[in-house]
Amino acid sequence: MINSSLKELATALATRKISSVELTTLFLDRIERYNPALNAFVTIDRDKALAAAHAADKNFGAGGTAALTGIPLAHKDIFCTEGWRTTCGSKILDNFVSPYDATVVEKFKAAGMVLVGKCNMDEFAMGSSNESSYFGPVKNPWDLERVPGGSSGGSAAAIAARLLPAATGTDTGGSIRQPAALCGLTGLKPTYGVVSRYGMIAFASSLDQGGPLAKSAEDCALMLNAMAGFDPRDSTSLERPTEDYTRDLDKPLAGLRIGLPREFFAAGMDDGVRAAVEAALDEYRKLGATTVEVDLPNSGLSVPAYYVIAPAEASSNLSRFDGVRYGHRAADYADLNDMYARSRAEGFGAEVKRRILIGTYVLSHGYYDAYYLKAQKIRRLIAADFSAAFRECDVIMGPTAPSVAFRFGEKAADPVQMYLSDIYTIAVNLAGLPGMSIPCGFDQNLPVGMQLIGPWFGEARMLNAAHRYQQATDWHVRVPAAFAA
Amino acid sequence: MSLSLDDVSRIARLARIEISPAETEQTRMQLNGILAFVEQLQAVNTEGIAPMAHAVDVVQRLRRDAVTEADRRDAFQAIAPEAEAGLYLVPKVIE
Repeated sequence: MINSSLKELATALATRKISSVELTTLFLDRIERYNPALNAFVTIDRDKALAAAHAADKNFGAGGTAALTGIPLAHKDIFCTEGWRTTCGSKILDNFVSPYDATVVEKFKAAGMVLVGKCNMDEFAMGSSNESSYFGPVKNPWDLERVPGGSSGGSAAAIAARLLPAATGTDTGGSIRQPAALCGLTGLKPTYGVVSRYGMIAFASSLDQGGPLAKSAEDCALMLNAMAGFDPRDSTSLERPTEDYTRDLDKPLAGLRIGLPREFFAAGMDDGVRAAVEAALDEYRKLGATTVEVDLPNSGLSVPAYYVIAPAEASSNLSRFDGVRYGHRAADYADLNDMYARSRAEGFGAEVKRRILIGTYVLSHGYYDAYYLKAQKIRRLIAADFSAAFRECDVIMGPTAPSVAFRFGEKAADPVQMYLSDIYTIAVNLAGLPGMSIPCGFDQNLPVGMQLIGPWFGEARMLNAAHRYQQATDWHVRVPAAFAA
Repeated sequence: MSLSLDDVSRIARLARIEISPAETEQTRMQLNGILAFVEQLQAVNTEGIAPMAHAVDVVQRLRRDAVTEADRRDAFQAIAPEAEAGLYLVPKVIE
């Protein structure tokens, strides 16, 4: 049961082979047993989960069910969840119990999914290793000495260890795709504006996008069906007709044109990662796809442009944490300004402070044009590169991350080294494109992820390409030995 | 562009984040490392390029000027560090 797809679980529930309470209990018991070693959760709530499971079971009797009813999931602790502690991995929100639901949370509730817990994450989603969480790092189930990736590392570790069938994540610069790659999962970042950001604690608003992490492309498609949709409460949500993201899953790949960016295949990735990605591309050719080299000449500028834009937006978004309306307030202070400064100094961790300071600087008087405006112009160049590339191909492929999971502490000392973990993923956020990571092999016994990038609103085609590959290969069904039973 | 210790203190003040004198030098070095890294943007010719604020070009949506939210003041203030009689309490700002 722990390895079943969402479709299989839905069938088992609908035919009453198992009840939601039994299924939820199974996963809660696994969480209890394995989470102490992984630290994938900030909050686990057995009582709330079982109450939701009971309600789902009643609905099965009444016939009021949907495709995902009764299946357990967890949310990244960035999604405000009414009545649940919602920490965003930060001390400043350690005591924050949300008075409302994020739209994504509402949608999964409406779909009848059973929320069992909130997943650990890098503080305010700022990180690529989960080492910046106030609640301690998450361990990678494939090797407990290594990072799970970040920032949605708790979600990824929980699914990889089969503590859950699926979870939500968010991706500002690679925070769904990179942990999916490092933990051997499938993760999808939708086109900017497809999933509502309402109630998703903001990091960099023009880049943030929620999406699913799961074991397969098919599961991600089902999750995205529940997550996506126009939301008037998010001013950047797009008004588009509802899509069924599963509709093209089984289409044959004959004629699919895969673009391979020269810049992604130049020096920079580990040999083992390259070998796995090349082998996956051979598999795609066997499935009838053709490959064509494309150019993304400005992609090398994506990481520096991101480290102007994201901190700038973060410094503005995180100004709301002032110790007045919610969250941490310092115990001692001389006056109002001192209260702000001390509450924030005590509440934020080192990486969050660094980014707020950088953002404050690049937006400060006299520097806005040189940094923020400049970066926004370069962002357009990066997006234009993708537009040109997609005239020659249907989907772009390459590595998700330059290496497999690294060891704790390996990149913690130098912020810029850590930022370069997202060298292949960040351009996708800047351009607002949909992207995925799928497992495509192993290097040093650790999973390698391949990245798929689609044109704007190309999710269904991208999922199709991922699904057909997963029908022909078995990388995505491998389970870390320590968590297989 | 390299930040001085005074610059770091000024930025921290603007950001409302207290930095102890002991932390200032390390912060200065880390911020300078990041600024040196993003400096490469300056070499790019962006003449005539319009800045891109959002990924998908859409017109700002307007809504009707109508009340859509219920009054949930009690629930919101229940999680405040200090609130009283419907007001958030902060240190005295007017003498």
